[in-house]
Amino acid sequence: MNITQILFWALSALTVFSALMVVVSKNPVHSVLWLIFTFFCISGHYILLNAQFLFIVNIIVYAGAIMVLFLFVIMLMNLNESSEPKKNRWLRMAGVVAGGCLLLVFVAALKNIDIKKQIAETNTGDIGLIQNLGQALFNEYVVPFEISSILFLSAMVGTVVIGKKE
Amino acid sequence: MPINYYIFLSIALFVIGIIGVLTRRNAIIIFMCIELMLNAVNLMLVAFSKMHHLANALKDASAGIDGQLFVFFIMVVAAAEVSVGLAIIVMMYRNIHSVDVNFLNRLKH
Repeated sequence: MNITQILFWALSALTVFSALMVVVSKNPVHSVLWLIFTFFCISGHYILLNAQFLFIVNIIVYAGAIMVLFLFVIMLMNLNESSEPKKNRWLRMAGVVAGGCLLLVFVAALKNIDIKKQIAETNTGDIGLIQNLGQALFNEYVVPFEISSILFLSAMVGTVVIGKKE
Repeated sequence: MPINYYIFLSIALFVIGIIGVLTRRNAIIIFMCIELMLNAVNLMLVAFSKMHHLANALKDASAGIDGQLFVFFIMVVAAAEVSVGLAIIVMMYRNIHSVDVNFLNRLKH
């Protein structure tokens, strides 16, 4: 077992555990902190796959910007454990059973699929570097890139309009 | 690493997100679980892009780069979605003084 495999298994276990803690935690602030931890673990997976640009974007955009926004809103509303609404037990159990059924279907469908020889290359390969991604982004994908800027502008306008007190 | 491991890891994360959406009533937590599902898909796309690159690197040096660019665009859309969604949740909190989604049942009546 080499170092890449050890890192992969450790990161996978941490990712799944912290994702479970997001769902299980009673206090919303704890949920947000566990979600930030999950995003850091997923970023670790990216760097294991040598996708360095996505690693840094994931840290900056998800763990940096989006999660701070969540934390800010939760603290603004002063949510804590006592104000947390709870579903009754049967509904929660039904939700878990439904999700478990979906997991069962996915695993059963993909268990015997014939891609065991396919390897996702780790540590090597240079498509994840910022030079190659930038060249592809500004040559083939320049139109979607510009459209996404319009999307951002409209999201900004929408946020201001919705958040305004009438 | 074999691609199977990444597939099953992403499935596990996605299902955890779905269970969170189905079992929680706090609108913000539901939203966070949606983010978790988006991240599961992102991880899957990156793993597939690296698999594709390894299989086709001799024919095309930039094979598999599209997958990583899709992840980039998913992150862009997720950021826009979060800003609008949180504004909606803040507005809902201002009106009904709660983030409980069960209060949003006016369409039923």
